[in-house]
Amino acid sequence: MTSVADVKRPALPAPPAHRPARSLDRGAWFLVLPALIPILVLSVGPLLYGILLAFTDAQSGRAAPTRWIGALNFRDLLHDTLFWESFRIGLVWAVGVTVPQFLLALGLALLLNQDLRLRWLARALAIVPWAMPEVVVGIMWRLVYSPDAGVLNETLRDLGLGGGRDWLSSLGTALPAVIVVGVWAGLPQTTVALLAGLQNTPRDLHEAAALDGAGAWRRFTAVTWPALRPVALAITALNLIWNFNAFALVYVLTGGGPGGRTRLPMLFAYEEAFRYGQFGYAAAMGCVMVAVIAVCLAVFLAGRLRGDDDR
Amino acid sequence: MRTRAATRAGQYAALLAYLAFLSFPFLWLLSTAFKPPRELGSLHPTWIPEHPTLANFRQAFDEQPLLRSALNSLLVALAAALIAVCLATPMAYVMARRRTRLARAASGWVVVSQAFPFVLVIIPLFLVLRSLRLIDSQAGLVMVYVVWALPFALWLLTGYVRAVPVELEEAAAVDGAGRLRTLVSVTAPLLAPGIAATALFAFVTAWNEFFFALVLLKTPEKQTLPVVLTRFIGAEGVADLGPLAAAAVLATLPSLVFFALVQRRIAGGMLAGAVKS
Repeated sequence: MTSVADVKRPALPAPPAHRPARSLDRGAWFLVLPALIPILVLSVGPLLYGILLAFTDAQSGRAAPTRWIGALNFRDLLHDTLFWESFRIGLVWAVGVTVPQFLLALGLALLLNQDLRLRWLARALAIVPWAMPEVVVGIMWRLVYSPDAGVLNETLRDLGLGGGRDWLSSLGTALPAVIVVGVWAGLPQTTVALLAGLQNTPRDLHEAAALDGAGAWRRFTAVTWPALRPVALAITALNLIWNFNAFALVYVLTGGGPGGRTRLPMLFAYEEAFRYGQFGYAAAMGCVMVAVIAVCLAVFLAGRLRGDDDR
Repeated sequence: MRTRAATRAGQYAALLAYLAFLSFPFLWLLSTAFKPPRELGSLHPTWIPEHPTLANFRQAFDEQPLLRSALNSLLVALAAALIAVCLATPMAYVMARRRTRLARAASGWVVVSQAFPFVLVIIPLFLVLRSLRLIDSQAGLVMVYVVWALPFALWLLTGYVRAVPVELEEAAAVDGAGRLRTLVSVTAPLLAPGIAATALFAFVTAWNEFFFALVLLKTPEKQTLPVVLTRFIGAEGVADLGPLAAAAVLATLPSLVFFALVQRRIAGGMLAGAVKS
């Protein structure tokens, strides 16, 4: 402990003059280590271990020792059409959920930022999907989509829009149906983040613009959006990642069916690892997913930042 | 003036549409939970049960070890929340008060952890816990939940610490209070609401979590509520919607209560983090 503190101390900037430096630094390490050690052991460590695993033939419950096989997993993965199909579904799902989610959340946040009467009720209700366990959200929407006893088919019948459909088990409707659930489930979090951003926008600037005769749309693009932009960017990027990594919702709704139409990459990797025991191969899938997410995000953020420079 | 009224009407219409979209699945869940089997099987289900019953709840408790799994969830989530807060508070204090390279690295890690690739982590974690003989053990699950909750807890708490004026601590130091004494009797009381909110957040996260619990717990008696809930689907198929809905309602209640309690705080904490960082 002392040696760690000694080695690292040069990295710390000089503390303010009126505080005794030595004891404070040691004290600081004492405060930091209880959280730092579990983080290093149980999340940084496994992350690196996972990357190494991708280059081995590790399998669950096999007697023979695990061997290094280089990039063989990745070469196999390249020709694994099922995986790439799952990957494509994952991208459709992530974008299909994130974009409507953002637009709907922006609308709701703008409404909640107004002086409307039912605002408290909307705020309370907006929390509900957030508070629910994902498994319960999945179960709930199964009830909504249920072919006979579901409210969706019943409403459609009442409106004379034809008979029931089995939304979650027909090939054409399964993916759109789970995307709707994804939008619903993530709406509150996005709304709360955007609302927080909205409340930071300068109110007097808004009023000044209104006095100058700027319409609602003009005020939004000239005053609100520039202030909201960083929050919007951050929450959209996070939503993309979260959605691409989604698991529980679709596991409960369809289990990846029908015919793999909703088999997100996470479900695919889970089955590979814990149903078929192919640890090394599944780890390679994880690496590919992470790499692709990183590249997508870099492109997305770089594009947005360049947009900043243009203005 | 007229356009203004029209705008208002439009806004209310939009708000009502949102309310309907957000609430209808939940209302349908409630309605299903109180319906007797005959109404559930009918081709024309109604919003309000014609003969409301509690039988579904009773059946839900009989069919699966629901009570037991709820207790498991409670135990795991409580332990995870307490440990996470105890570990995170000191570190958040240092991160907020000292702009060191470590603090910067930790903030970076907080951001990265939001993008955490669970696929990549779960397999090594499984292997590590297996070698520690912590597979199929709730202690192992608690460890995972603690580490999983730490980044967000750190982020929230750092915001709360920054909101406590340094001047107060300096005044205490001038008055002759030692460092520990300052932390315990000046900073900690001011941080208490933030710590409570963070603990509640960690609790709800653990209570709701499914993926790790599914992978790490195999013995039915040890499994947490979300895992047991999915067994309703697996074992009973579509036939038994009533008990499924009843169990889902029960599983939602605790987190709903907690969120109602901390709703304002959470939004406030996010604001504090957003403004200060």
